[in-house]
Amino acid sequence: MILKGRAHIFGDNIDTDVIIPARYLNTIDPKELAMHCMEDIDKSFKDNVRQGDIIVAGYNFGCGSSREHAPIAIKGSGISCVIARSFARIFYRNAINIGLAILECDEIFTETKSGDLLAANLASGEILNEASGKSYRCEPFPEFMQEIIAAGGEIEYIKAKIKKGSGLKI
Amino acid sequence: MAMTMTQKILAKHAGKSSVAAGELISAKLDMVLGNDITAPLAINEFKKIGAEKVFDNEKIALVPDHFCPNKDIKSAEQAKVVREFAKEYSIKNYFEVGQMGIEHALLPEQGLVTAGDVVIGADSHTCTYGALGAFSTGVGSTDMAAGMATGELWFKVPDAIKVVLSGRPAKYISGKDVILHLIGMIGVDGARYMSLEFTGESIGYLSMDDRFTIANMAIEAGAKNGIFPVDEKTLEYIREHSKKPYEIFEADSSANYARTVEINLSELDFTVACPHLPSNTKPASSLKDIKIDQVVIGSCTNGRIEDLRVAAQILKGKKIADGVRCIVFPATQKIYLQAIEEGLIQTMIESGAAVSTPTCGPCLGGHMGILAKGEKCVATTNRNFVGRMGHTESEIYLASPAVAAASAVAGKISTP
Repeated sequence: MILKGRAHIFGDNIDTDVIIPARYLNTIDPKELAMHCMEDIDKSFKDNVRQGDIIVAGYNFGCGSSREHAPIAIKGSGISCVIARSFARIFYRNAINIGLAILECDEIFTETKSGDLLAANLASGEILNEASGKSYRCEPFPEFMQEIIAAGGEIEYIKAKIKKGSGLKI
Repeated sequence: MAMTMTQKILAKHAGKSSVAAGELISAKLDMVLGNDITAPLAINEFKKIGAEKVFDNEKIALVPDHFCPNKDIKSAEQAKVVREFAKEYSIKNYFEVGQMGIEHALLPEQGLVTAGDVVIGADSHTCTYGALGAFSTGVGSTDMAAGMATGELWFKVPDAIKVVLSGRPAKYISGKDVILHLIGMIGVDGARYMSLEFTGESIGYLSMDDRFTIANMAIEAGAKNGIFPVDEKTLEYIREHSKKPYEIFEADSSANYARTVEINLSELDFTVACPHLPSNTKPASSLKDIKIDQVVIGSCTNGRIEDLRVAAQILKGKKIADGVRCIVFPATQKIYLQAIEEGLIQTMIESGAAVSTPTCGPCLGGHMGILAKGEKCVATTNRNFVGRMGHTESEIYLASPAVAAASAVAGKISTP
């Protein structure tokens, strides 16, 4: 699966409060959450983002609260993939659980400009910057997580496991 | 194979004799927690699984504490979703407004979490219960849904940082100063994906309330969990609050740690985290010219009885400075009542402070104390990110209850 889109650049320690401010957490509607995605750090983001675009960020992306509304808002805004130098732990889990692709890549951060066209191959872990022609390699997902993603998220994964009668009680 | 305390608890709950850092395991859960913001999303996902019942209706806790008492119509609708789910699935540990407290103060107080437990909560500060010698960690709503349905969850076994505490802290130096100092040392991602295991001869100087504060903010260093060894103080607390069976785990002396950090408590200053990261710490004494507009004393970090005692001691016979709004949030109804009985609330109100029913309220910019453009607040809460408590151009200084109360009286950042 290749995800292709323009880069939106963010810095280090992008926390869940700026991804989706708590004042909007009185809803679970992805479209409504997407309307306010990143507004406290980049007011123009929601107007500039196009379906398929890719966020490129620094260290510790998604730190702070456990709100799953954060990856939901990002996915709802049209972003197809987040590439960061590193991710905060809970955000990483949440993104996988809701089916938002995320890749950890250090080098690409310093060499990508806002608006560069990127193509990320999830299976091989290769990311191509079509503007500069340079490609980057990142760690593919561990097998365990690939299974969750292949199932379409954690809930589908559990449903499939229950169907197979893997011993999970319900 | 030698294991950390966290690894031992996870191994036991995964039915394994040992586990190693990096291993993926599935562990049985002793408690699954959600609140009025995260539970509605989890309930949505839970229903998609198609489960007819929850794995154990006594091992789920639902606490409407964030935007409750309901702050607006949408919040009221979300709280209603949680209330109706609790009724439909006979969830034993649902706490309605009136019994409700801030979840991470409430669960230990109600005896719902204990030493040796594995606890997940759809709230990042679920790591608080590490103070009791439990493995507890924050997760998202989908993980909460999976936990409610199956009673199990997958984990990557974490590596650990050993934090060795020595020396005796000076008067009014508290758990908040310890954890802010540590976050300042290692950074907001210093313990990313890892456990923070606290140890050392000075653990005994730390009260349970201090330990709850320290474990609570482990997430602010990026940690998966923070954990304390079980000692006499822990056992006394557990016996007083819980009837649940508990199990004491100890790290092996030869356990492998990614790093060891030493903190001498006798050398600790009053510590403040300046905007806009919890790691941006400075001694309070170096910030004395900063005028403030608001003080918040409360939250899952610092709304416990000792926090209120310290604040009341400092406020006694004094007045909140002109132009400063001081708002106090006892974390649970029991703490509130105890504070009334001890005369703390009277002292606070006489000093000019406002006292609220328990709620997370302003900590996450919900309600009950939102900041305007340019305003500065000293808060005993846990995060000072951009816009966390209101306007994106407002500023939050994180501090202990002692520093917060002294600052409220001085009208600027101050120490007792």
